[in-house]
Amino acid sequence: MSSELFTLTYGALVTQLCKDYENDEDVNKQLDKMGYNIGVRLIEDFLARSNVGRCHDFRETADVIAKVAFKMYLGITPSITNWSPAGDEFSLILENNPLVDFVELPDNHSSLIYSNLLCGVLRGALEMVQMAVEARFVQDTLKGDGVTEIRMRFIRRIEDNLPAGEE
Amino acid sequence: MADEALFLLLHNEMVSGVYKSAEQGEVENGRCITKLENMGFRVGQGLIERFTKDTARFKDELDIMKFICKDFWTTVFKKQIDNLRTNHQGIYVLQDNKFRLLTQMSAGKQYLEHASKYLAFTCGLIRGGLSNLGIKSIVTAEVSSMPAFLEYNG
Repeated sequence: MSSELFTLTYGALVTQLCKDYENDEDVNKQLDKMGYNIGVRLIEDFLARSNVGRCHDFRETADVIAKVAFKMYLGITPSITNWSPAGDEFSLILENNPLVDFVELPDNHSSLIYSNLLCGVLRGALEMVQMAVEARFVQDTLKGDGVTEIRMRFIRRIEDNLPAGEE
Repeated sequence: MADEALFLLLHNEMVSGVYKSAEQGEVENGRCITKLENMGFRVGQGLIERFTKDTARFKDELDIMKFICKDFWTTVFKKQIDNLRTNHQGIYVLQDNKFRLLTQMSAGKQYLEHASKYLAFTCGLIRGGLSNLGIKSIVTAEVSSMPAFLEYNG
């Protein structure tokens, strides 16, 4: 039941952002920023609750994200596919995305990345464990695709322990 | 199912977001509170629709308020309202001794003035829920000490 609270609240947020910002690109950026701020805090909660140890490589990280984190916070287990030959990129395939329950994109918002908060969350959380990554949606059921696909790309390990900045 | 932690973080981010893009001053503060309250309203409307799909018709206003205090509050905040008082003339006071959205903040008077920012969404939530149950209301909240002791006047 409480997932509906989150879903509906997220919907109200996106609606408000669309009113506040004139174009979809700005809304996408805002969602990413907010997601980042959430991610840098969520990781603490995650580490405290999940007892997961340090991940030794990107593959382990992928597993933890899909099987533990997504399950814990959104109740779904995306599948991991499309590994790049170098092992630095993979896709998360979400058969269903709880954020978009009850949601339809109106025609005038075709470039809105509705669930972009998720990309920010992933980026922020992983930065706190010393990984710089890029997360982006490449397929979206809201836009008519069969599944929702998030592409994750490992950029580099963050060696310096600079304090996290809020954006 | 989305974890409570995720919702709390989202709510806090929403409050910061709304205030970040606003300027200083009483009027702006009011506008931000209204924005948050309106968001809560929409969510409350949606939520109550989902919750009461299969429940029996409510007998009267008091029955509805009891539903809000027990089922609704439990589903949203994982606990019931601690105390419900009414003057039987349309005013209800709901008291929550450990309001979940404020428990993360330090106890003490210093943050009291900011507490209203974190209550606006919830006021809207209640107002929206009541609205879809056919009740027009005004919902206000008060914090007397952190973590909260809240009063809602419906």
